[in-house]
Amino acid sequence: MSGENPASTTEYIQHHLQNLVYGKLPGGFERHTENGSEVLAADTWTMAHGATEAAAMGFWAIHVDSMAWSIGLGIIFCWMFRRAAVRATTGVPSGFLNFVELIIEFIDSTVKDSFHGKNKMVAPLALTIFVWIFLMNLMDLLPVDLIPKVLMLAGVEYQKIVPSTDPNITMGMALGVFVLMLYYNIKIKGFGFVKELTMHPFNHWAFIPINLFMELVGLLAKPFSLGLRLFGNMYAGEMIFILIAMMFAAGAGTGLVAGGLNAQLFGDGTNGIFWLVIFIMVCGVCWMNLRGKISTGRTVLVTLGLLTVGGGVFALGGGLMQWGWAIFHILVITLQAFIFMVLTIVYLSMAHEEDH
Amino acid sequence: MNINLTLFGQMVTFAIFVWFCMKFVWPVIITAMEERQQKIADGLDAADRAMRDLEAAQDKATDQMKEAKQEAAGIVDQANKRASQIVDEAKQQAITEGDRLKVAAEAEIEQEINRAKEELRASVAGLALAGAEKVLEASIDDKANRALVDNLASQL
Repeated sequence: MSGENPASTTEYIQHHLQNLVYGKLPGGFERHTENGSEVLAADTWTMAHGATEAAAMGFWAIHVDSMAWSIGLGIIFCWMFRRAAVRATTGVPSGFLNFVELIIEFIDSTVKDSFHGKNKMVAPLALTIFVWIFLMNLMDLLPVDLIPKVLMLAGVEYQKIVPSTDPNITMGMALGVFVLMLYYNIKIKGFGFVKELTMHPFNHWAFIPINLFMELVGLLAKPFSLGLRLFGNMYAGEMIFILIAMMFAAGAGTGLVAGGLNAQLFGDGTNGIFWLVIFIMVCGVCWMNLRGKISTGRTVLVTLGLLTVGGGVFALGGGLMQWGWAIFHILVITLQAFIFMVLTIVYLSMAHEEDH
Repeated sequence: MNINLTLFGQMVTFAIFVWFCMKFVWPVIITAMEERQQKIADGLDAADRAMRDLEAAQDKATDQMKEAKQEAAGIVDQANKRASQIVDEAKQQAITEGDRLKVAAEAEIEQEINRAKEELRASVAGLALAGAEKVLEASIDDKANRALVDNLASQL
């Protein structure tokens, strides 16, 4: 939690940005463990301890945490909506069904607005994308340290709980959409798709290489922008949560006085004792206020003074800032899920239409 | 950014969830919703129709009421007219009857008078005869004659 010097600050951030990786370490890799280092004789599938091992695994690795959270959230989505589907009646809908129908209605109208072809897959695809990405993004609103800390106590070294901050997840979905785009382009237009790639925007055979280059760049830019937009937004959002948490945790961890005392006079136990003293003093002040010995205004003043000395103001401020950013982030979360969905619909709609 | 197997893991997961949604979630809910929409539309239609029927029925009832009132007023008018007519007729009848009775009575009186005159004429002749007899019988006494004539006159 605390970062009292630049090194541990960096460590804190890096730790937060490291996925839990399971993958293949190549033979000949030198592993550093508590018992010294060992050189692997053959390729080994194992959990990575730290970023260097994760990097050494290269492509043959899987982000266990991202996959687990993403599949888990996907199952929650399926379970929720399946439950609603089972309960769906033509009669009076209940509260939960109302909520699900609200989402479905919203997505249905969005799809009808921008997709004019006939395809039974687009609407369910849009629904899956919207709700699933929304749920994945929503994990960003959990306090950054909460689940990693709990899992750390359970023995899991690394944990990134927001799957949409993992480019693999966002690009995986974007590529899925891309595959669908290609499939429908070829299925609907057939040879027309080739013509579209080669004869636009300059309709002359001599321009075929230029056209092909321009159209291919345009085509490839779609999945990349789709996946990277979501990734970038969520990554940045999470980064800000981490930074706020770190900055204020550092302030609260040391305090104005304890930091100095800790450094110069006493041993490692100072922080805990110091915080206990501050806590008891604040409790005492509050108690005196309850007994009517001092006025409320003075209580607030003294408490604030104590907290300032102890660094608790940082903690309060950090909480407030996290809260403020979270409220703003709710907007980003919903908006990004919506944008991903709308762009998917638009791209598929383009794949269904002859003219472009 | 380290791209690895997770990418394909996510693609497969994505495909499975989309398939699930397409197979077991979307069609069920959207069908139920559309059916409900239809039902509600039908219900509203029926309500509209019922409302229109009700209005028509009310209009009809009002019309009938008006007609009935008019009819009743007509009947009452007629009855009044008839009553006054009857009264008039009765009056007329009474007058004619009265006149007739008067005429009859007058005729009877006339008859009586005539009869009385006849009788009187008859008795006057008798009396004159009787008086003459008496005059002749009881000498000519002026005083007695006078009494006789007076007596005769009082008998007229």
